[in-house]
Amino acid sequence: MSATPALRSAPDAEQQQAHGRYVLRLADTSLVLGQRLAEWLGHAPALEEDLALANLSLDLIGQARLLLTYAGELEGRGRDEDALAFLRDAPEFLNLTLAEQPNGDFAHTIVRQWLIDAWQLEIYAGLEHSSDNRLAAIAAKALRETRYHYRFSSGWLVRLGDGTAESRQRMQGALDELWRFTAELFSPDDIDEHMGRAAIAPALPELAPHWSARIDQDLHAATLTRPAAQPYPWHGKRGVHTEHLGHMLAEMQHLPRTYPGALW
Amino acid sequence: MSETDWPLFEVFIRSRSGLEHKHVGSLHAADARMAIEHARDVYTRRQEGVSLWVVRSADIVASDPGEADALFEPARDKVYRHPTFYAIPDEVKNL
Repeated sequence: MSATPALRSAPDAEQQQAHGRYVLRLADTSLVLGQRLAEWLGHAPALEEDLALANLSLDLIGQARLLLTYAGELEGRGRDEDALAFLRDAPEFLNLTLAEQPNGDFAHTIVRQWLIDAWQLEIYAGLEHSSDNRLAAIAAKALRETRYHYRFSSGWLVRLGDGTAESRQRMQGALDELWRFTAELFSPDDIDEHMGRAAIAPALPELAPHWSARIDQDLHAATLTRPAAQPYPWHGKRGVHTEHLGHMLAEMQHLPRTYPGALW
Repeated sequence: MSETDWPLFEVFIRSRSGLEHKHVGSLHAADARMAIEHARDVYTRRQEGVSLWVVRSADIVASDPGEADALFEPARDKVYRHPTFYAIPDEVKNL
């Protein structure tokens, strides 16, 4: 090859950039969902549920820390997990739009959780075989946690869906409202395709049927009706968010931004 | 609060393989599956165990405190039932 080093390294830099953004997307989905669950602290319907939601939240924030740290290294601009979590504005967040949706009532929280748990089950299982060993190790740890999250959320889905008239109606309402954000879960863009070709990430269209089958099975058990497909994909993972994320970040980031470098 | 509706469960944890399950406390849950999940979330956050049992508190048959004298007093003067009369060889570690 007679190409100059600069020319040769350009695709590598592009690859690394895509790699970093891919990891950041995973990190942000976990972080934002973890923060949402933390908002339940002290407000859950029972003491036991308060602890359960806090445990889920801590698992997700733990995943986010590992992924953010790695994303920061891939980015190569010296940003650590705290800088990425607390010093970015909403358009820089690359989480799934579904993750940032407000807690609503317990039905909304459960449906949101269940949809994302089922998604993470497929993603992390695929990432366990990633050519990126570090990402594979993070995914293996996260997968164990996610199996429990899914057990928790699918249990509640069935309990409330196949519950009283009111709980069933609330669950169907939450499902109908949140379903429009699911088109994004398995819609690949250039970054996903880039990662797929490099065997870093599983191909999203191949995972979609597994997710869909699991969703149908659970909905059947919960006696809930799957809403009609809504083709419009939201673009949280490209940094285009609903208005809810900004409000959430304002609360989450308030302290470190008001007192930079504060320790406790 | 739903806690008034949910039945009470007693929670037992086996801390290590080979050891027995020990009672650690109680919690409220709507059903057995939820009780296991709550027990996991409330009582095993710090790696307290490798196995959980839950049982509805209402299903436990308890002795009547009013009968304590009749049930337990008769054992009081039978100290010979304690194995302290035997010399234990030094080689025996786990007795």
